[in-house]
Amino acid sequence: MKSFTKITGIAAPMDRANVDTDMIIPKQFLKSIKRTGFGKNLFDELRYLDEGQPDQDCSGRPLNPEFPLNFPRYRNAKVLLARENFGCGSSREHAPWALDDYGFRCIIAPSFAEIFYNNCFKNGLLPIVLDADIVDRLFKEMYAQEGYELTIDLEAQTVKTPSGETFEFEIDEFRKHCLLNGLDDIGLTLEHEDAIKAYEAQRRQEAPWLFDGLR
Amino acid sequence: MSARTLYDKLWDAHLVQKRDDGSALIYIDRHIIHEVTSPQAFEGLRLAGRKPWRADSILATPDHNVPTTLKERASGVSGIQDPVSLIQVKTLDDNCDEYGITEYKINDQRQGIVHVIGPESGASLPGMTIVCGDSHTATNGALGALAHGIGTSEVEHVMATQCLVAKKMKNMLIRVDGQLRPDVTSKDVVLAIIAKIGTAGGTGYAVEFGGDVFRNMSMEGRMTVCNMAIEAGARAGMVAVDQTTIDYVEGRPYAPKGENWEKAVQAWRDLKSDDGAHFDRVVEMRGEDIKPQVSWGTSPEMVVSIDDNVPDPEAEQDAVKRESMKRALQYMGLSAGQPMRSIQLDRVFIGSCTNSRIEDIRAAAAVVRGHRKADSVKEAIVVPGSGSVKAQAEREGLDKIFIEAGIEWREPGCSMCLAMNADKLGAGEHCASTSNRNFEGRQGYGGRTHLVSPAMAAAAAIAGHFVDVREITGGQAA
Ligand code: SF4
Repeated sequence: MKSFTKITGIAAPMDRANVDTDMIIPKQFLKSIKRTGFGKNLFDELRYLDEGQPDQDCSGRPLNPEFPLNFPRYRNAKVLLARENFGCGSSREHAPWALDDYGFRCIIAPSFAEIFYNNCFKNGLLPIVLDADIVDRLFKEMYAQEGYELTIDLEAQTVKTPSGETFEFEIDEFRKHCLLNGLDDIGLTLEHEDAIKAYEAQRRQEAPWLFDGLR
Repeated sequence: MSARTLYDKLWDAHLVQKRDDGSALIYIDRHIIHEVTSPQAFEGLRLAGRKPWRADSILATPDHNVPTTLKERASGVSGIQDPVSLIQVKTLDDNCDEYGITEYKINDQRQGIVHVIGPESGASLPGMTIVCGDSHTATNGALGALAHGIGTSEVEHVMATQCLVAKKMKNMLIRVDGQLRPDVTSKDVVLAIIAKIGTAGGTGYAVEFGGDVFRNMSMEGRMTVCNMAIEAGARAGMVAVDQTTIDYVEGRPYAPKGENWEKAVQAWRDLKSDDGAHFDRVVEMRGEDIKPQVSWGTSPEMVVSIDDNVPDPEAEQDAVKRESMKRALQYMGLSAGQPMRSIQLDRVFIGSCTNSRIEDIRAAAAVVRGHRKADSVKEAIVVPGSGSVKAQAEREGLDKIFIEAGIEWREPGCSMCLAMNADKLGAGEHCASTSNRNFEGRQGYGGRTHLVSPAMAAAAAIAGHFVDVREITGGQAA
């Protein structure tokens, strides 16, 4: 998993409450055999004016000119500002996969749906909960200022605005540790690489046939 | 050291590290993969810049959604009509090529259902830990191995680390002593066990099958039993190693050879529970009491014997059970008190990782020989578990017996077990099936599955309804 330490990036708005996982990535895209490539279909129904199909080339599709992520000023955004209960609905891990593939690293909202919140951590995305009035202020400042960038420092647990104002956020210690070091379950197991190798060496002595590779 | 169960021994031998929270890292010797649950795992590896820890410990084959008609199979991967299946099979090929993983590709004669090819090739051996992204991996436990199914994220974990994070399960012994009646098969035994302990009876346990009945059973029969451990809620089922096991393994393509063979056999002889080993739960049954079984409902515990009638929910004391029985009867289109023999079949499916090995095919053929499929049965298909099973059956002329009887002889794969390919039930159709799950919609939307042994399925194909096998074979056991 990608580690998350400190990022600075353009903030973009998803200015509505209860954004569900179907809205984040519609069901027709779940037939894929991959975890990547969902970025072009992130918020598909809001972003384009036609109905998207899996494996379709999206470059020629009509874009919805009203949808903020289509505005040039939000291009390359890394932080998504959102409202209450972001990510509600199904448990599909495709939702964080799509946000990540699009280029987002962090989502700031007053609250998240629980499964989505958990899924983010498994995929190197940082969901940050801030008070609703702070989030509201960030929205206003962002709308007022083109090129509005936020700096997220995971170690310090802070969100810093362009004016230098900082807000602290809470995060579970273990999750913070995993994210800072880019550790998923696999990463954690690989911390014990030596123990695995030692086991193998000993086992190879006792039962060499177990290590005859398949040819 | 104090007396240990077979499961305790397998666990201890694979323990890499214990963790404070009670979980442990368990070393995995063999990993078997297929096209449906592996693509995202490979993708995950790639994204993280990782490689398989031991690519040569992995065996791959496409099985879940490969077509089973010769027409579609003749031109290999490119002949697959369903575009989604095509992509999944191709992806498996590409991933295996990229990482140097041995794969029995779609037209390789060794291709087959994951749980059939593991033991058959000798890739699965006694004393191993074996995993696969499929819940019926417990099949391999018949070899005296610790085998269980895992999810996609665990597939990735095992590929990357050769380990699994696991918690030790409790020990259960299911002991069946005595003799089986001649018309009773391993499938009937396991269905009777599930009917007795229920679909959650084995939850949290590693189950060892012990007693005369399993000692006298063939390896393929033991595989059928272990295969359905998960239907009793147990992630792993196993049988102790004995001479039958060793004879089965000897000479298989990946079995140890020469000096290693001698060493291995010596180690395997200890793969049994010690006298006095502690089991947290013991279930005992008598072989003589088991009759040919047929499922009537939508859960593998809803099973009666062929001589019985469809049970009456009103006779059930437990309210929750009563409701689920009523729902099942409604879904299945059956009425309480109706004799099992009166159920008319639309289709018959002989196959799946439960019953698609050579002995299963032989048992079905023995019943079919000299008879014809009933006209009322729209379709009966036999789907061998692997290309090797198919070739063996053809050498014995079994395919001709089916074809002459009006029963189709197909190419290997999972087929109608889960209906991911074109082999499906129509809504409302009744099917005598040798597979393992009779859940609503499992074999096709609205389809009605009855779980039976291969001999019983063959007999039903001929009679057009369920019958005791002996009525077809004239008193002879199949
Ligand atoms: S035959 Fe059925 S149960 Fe067995 S692996 Fe295939 S789909 Fe799963």
